[in-house]
Amino acid sequence: MRFALRRLGFYALAAWAALTLNFVLPRMLPGDPASAMVARFQGKLEPEALDAMRRAFGFTDASLVEQYLTYLRHLFSGDLGLSIAYFPAPVSDVIGTGLIWTLLIAGVSLVIAFVLGTLLGIVAAWRRGGLLDSALPPALAFLGAFPYFWLAMLLLYLFGYELGWFPMRHAHAAHLSPTLSVEFIGDVAWHAILPVTSIVLASLGGWMLSMRNVMVAELGEDYIQLARAKGLDSRRVMLRYAARNALLPNVTGFGMALGFVLGGSLLTEIVFSYPGQGYLLIQAVRNQDYALMQGIFLMITLAVLVANFLVDLLVLWLDPRTR
Amino acid sequence: MTPAASAPPRRSATLAAIAGNRKATLGAIISLAFLVLALIGPLLVADPTDYVTVPLSPPSGDHWLGSTGQGQDVLAQTVVGSRITLLVALVVGLASVLLGALVGVTAGFFGGRVDTALSLLLNVFLVIPGLPLAIILAAYLPSGPFTLGAVLIITGWAWNARVVRGLTLSLRSKEFVAAAMVSGESTGRILVREILPNQLSLLASQFIGGTIYAIGAQVGLEFLGLGDVTSVTWGTNLYWAANDQALLTGSWWTFVPTGLCVALVGFGLVMLNFAVDEVTNPRLASERLWRQALVGGQVDLDSGVTPVLRADPDCAPSSEQELGGAS
Repeated sequence: MRFALRRLGFYALAAWAALTLNFVLPRMLPGDPASAMVARFQGKLEPEALDAMRRAFGFTDASLVEQYLTYLRHLFSGDLGLSIAYFPAPVSDVIGTGLIWTLLIAGVSLVIAFVLGTLLGIVAAWRRGGLLDSALPPALAFLGAFPYFWLAMLLLYLFGYELGWFPMRHAHAAHLSPTLSVEFIGDVAWHAILPVTSIVLASLGGWMLSMRNVMVAELGEDYIQLARAKGLDSRRVMLRYAARNALLPNVTGFGMALGFVLGGSLLTEIVFSYPGQGYLLIQAVRNQDYALMQGIFLMITLAVLVANFLVDLLVLWLDPRTR
Repeated sequence: MTPAASAPPRRSATLAAIAGNRKATLGAIISLAFLVLALIGPLLVADPTDYVTVPLSPPSGDHWLGSTGQGQDVLAQTVVGSRITLLVALVVGLASVLLGALVGVTAGFFGGRVDTALSLLLNVFLVIPGLPLAIILAAYLPSGPFTLGAVLIITGWAWNARVVRGLTLSLRSKEFVAAAMVSGESTGRILVREILPNQLSLLASQFIGGTIYAIGAQVGLEFLGLGDVTSVTWGTNLYWAANDQALLTGSWWTFVPTGLCVALVGFGLVMLNFAVDEVTNPRLASERLWRQALVGGQVDLDSGVTPVLRADPDCAPSSEQELGGAS
């Protein structure tokens, strides 16, 4: 319990650091949302309107402390400012539209890569020196060296453009409206195959290698010898004895990997014009929409923090030594 | 059998072992080739920003890798792009090792409140997702290689610091450090003469890892349009390829060469890193012996996994595939 509370405190601190960074950056560095606005609407807006807009972004003449408190108050009421790219929609609404797609792509890829990579690692360690153990790691290291989004481009070119097996863009066909029908869900899955595959290919190697290395060390332990000496079925020794204990470091890595995968999925989404956070992000960069960029940063950071905390709780439950 | 496996790890022996390692050779050849390409390649090709032919023309005798959506030569762009990309990556790799070592050694060696504060700082940096942070930093700062470098150092040093801190903690409790302290050596001398030399292999591997990270993240940020899109780098090549609808027109030649280069450099560096690890990490070194024994047919695979060498001629190895580090 104390461990969980301490972790919670740490994540609260990290969240505060991210929030504060979000506040400090625009006030410290040259480009700021308001002046971007001014540049964009040059000559088209009354000075009073511009002034009101600056106020809307929280750039007032008040002292920094006051601005900071206002910023925090707005944040806690879910107000992230106004988007420029989608003016005058609030950033929180804009982000809300894409969140589900990003979580879908990143979540599914992460789970598939984790399960598949871990299983491959188990088998590679069990059959050490075998074909799987010697040929796959270098191959996956090579795949992992490609940028996520480049693998996405290649898959899109090969299977979308050349072969035409999979759709080239968007999350679902335009004529289907989001319902819980079999047709719609099937179509979403169909559109998700290429983006998910590109992320899984790029991240599989890391999971496999770390699982393999821990598993190799675990297999040298005495309790494995004892289990074998007892004449236990070798599959049981492999999965229920060795793998179960070797799994812990991979589970711990799960929370942090979410950060990487979310980042990678941002870029992958752009390649597939997938309507998630990545697509919003590129719109934000093109329109110098700082408020939207910062909103996406906050959203992803909070998601990663929550995921890390859940993983901590999971480890607490799995590993009695932390209790 | 390599010297490092049998002899106590002296530096010359370590270097010899790295040189005799197959992964290291492969990695070094690839990395060096790209270094040479970045150094002298730009002198051999035409100006990559010239509009030389019809936009999006496929590879031909005149333009080996075709042209971009603006009619520039893809080969020239790929070769010239390596220069800034690799330079930024190497500088970022080096700087994040130095910063990581500074923070890590300070935290690990001095302990107490210094450690608490620094550990908290680096853990916060570790848990905040790197790419989104890099994106907002790069968006606010003026675009260009310096900004990218700074952003990548800020998002890349924390992991190095954490690992160095751990190693410093364990080194500090070793007898030879205690002996140096008792004999009245200054703190600075202990850090420079006793602590850091024992971390060299770790720092080397962090440098390689940092460079790999910097290449990937740099290309990603530039792909988003957060770099200087008028300069020629691997990232901006991909940015323009995406912007000029390379995919919708099937112009694979505009993005494949650059991506292959990124991956090849990354792969070469990963192989180098594996080799550094294998040679300097005792656990992996013993595994290498074990692997050689497997391939040499001295061990029965089905007998279990305890690394005991037996002279049993009947036990055939299950596989002759050996990509690992037999030297």
